[in-house]
Amino acid sequence: MALITSILEQLLNGLRIGSVYALIALGYTMVYGIAKMINFAHGDIIMVGAYALYVYVSLLKLPPVLAVILTIITCSVIGITIEKVAYKPLRKAQPLAVLITAIGVSYLLQNLSLLIFKATPIPFGSIIKVPSVKLAGLNISGLTIVTLVVTVAVMVGLTLFINRTRMGHAMLAVSEDKGAAELMGINVNRTISVTFAIGSALAAVAGILYISQYETLLPTLGALPGIKAFVAAVLGGIGSIPGAMFGGIILGIIESMSKAYISTQLSDAIVFSVLVVVLLVKPSGILGKLKAEKV
Amino acid sequence: MAILEVKDLEVYYGIIKAIKGISFEVNEGEVIALIGANGAGKTTILHTITGLLSPKKGQVIFEGTDITKVPAHKIVGLGMAHVPEGRRVFANLSVYQNLKLGAYTRKDKEEIESTLEMIYKRFPRLEERKNQLAGTLSGGEQQMLAMGRALMSHPKIILMDEPSMGLSPILVNEIFDIIRSVNETGTTVLLVEQNAKKALAIANRAYVLETGRIVTSGDAKELMNDDTIKKAYLGE
Repeated sequence: MALITSILEQLLNGLRIGSVYALIALGYTMVYGIAKMINFAHGDIIMVGAYALYVYVSLLKLPPVLAVILTIITCSVIGITIEKVAYKPLRKAQPLAVLITAIGVSYLLQNLSLLIFKATPIPFGSIIKVPSVKLAGLNISGLTIVTLVVTVAVMVGLTLFINRTRMGHAMLAVSEDKGAAELMGINVNRTISVTFAIGSALAAVAGILYISQYETLLPTLGALPGIKAFVAAVLGGIGSIPGAMFGGIILGIIESMSKAYISTQLSDAIVFSVLVVVLLVKPSGILGKLKAEKV
Repeated sequence: MAILEVKDLEVYYGIIKAIKGISFEVNEGEVIALIGANGAGKTTILHTITGLLSPKKGQVIFEGTDITKVPAHKIVGLGMAHVPEGRRVFANLSVYQNLKLGAYTRKDKEEIESTLEMIYKRFPRLEERKNQLAGTLSGGEQQMLAMGRALMSHPKIILMDEPSMGLSPILVNEIFDIIRSVNETGTTVLLVEQNAKKALAIANRAYVLETGRIVTSGDAKELMNDDTIKKAYLGE
């Protein structure tokens, strides 16, 4: 009985951290689907979100709800700006140039935050104050509940947005064929901007949830969840939205199970090994579609 | 009256001059064919007209307005649709979703529905397969979908790039019948084709292109009987 409870607890932990990975992975996968680039600065948007929340809550003393909304807006605006300034001029450049630029943007964000907030870690308590719930002998923390509810709501909302709205359809069209999309009257540049805005908003939400778990601000805090979420996106099949959701959750569960039952130190190694194995068996990722190359 | 006018167009790919000063016009209600071999510049011209490429020199005038600098995504809203070479349907979307994207710039839901009905009537096979992914259609069906998608914008003029490419002779006939009937219901057609025989058979006038220049032009029926044309393009 104790073992089952412990496994269930680890499963919940996995779901909680996996949800955060999934939210971040959605940003990677959507931007890849539409702009055909890996936005390596995406992880640092999480950091921006965490610091923005700190500024709004601790320094400006704004009420939490308003602070969360402002954090999401801040990240979206920064995401759109990065795309306009750094990536848009490279729309026709070779992929390697875009990749290097993305890495450059990532360092720029980290160092800007180092400059503004200094290297000393800043302790920052969670703004999520929901009491924990006892369910069949299982203690479910308030943070877990909020994380899961928010993630499910975001996923449902995003799916509806993409399948039901005009902008969502435009995104699907642009991700398949930019030229043909333009012939339909779709403003491709605007569609890419909206994608970056949504991706960054999701990263902001992830940043808020992430900082509520770890409670310490560091300029590099986005790097590790960023790279893990990227792994999650590739694992699920980069470009696929259900793939990113699935990949994130799976990754979180594997990580928390390895930490609990195999080895804390090895947990990251295990996570990345799973990626290697999956890619060996199915190079397009679990839910990814293999594109037939036309010759 | 000319609905579309192209004046002294010059287009470059890097330093290579692909279109070397081309002028032609399309009058309202006409079917105009641009014929020529591979690499003559036919597709480049269509891409320049709809803004996917920008010319170094020259003008594109649509209904009396200069649209040379209008971005590609604003062209369809003006009443000019483009059926691109190779169909370029959205393979992972359903036939219905593809058609709906064709009406992306239109606002009136009822009018869109009635256009959809009309397109289903013209292409019954698209209605049968409306929930199927476009990528699973045959080449001929994809061509019909690409045409139907363009017609969803309710265009005044439709630009068609190699609609017969890669299709069986029976389907080629079917596609050309459809082009003719699209024209008969009031849409002007600018047709780019390697299949000169078929194109000249339905066109009012035609322009013959060779390596970025117009070498001959005139009444389609006369061109069909022109000896040089016969030799070079009709294989007689």
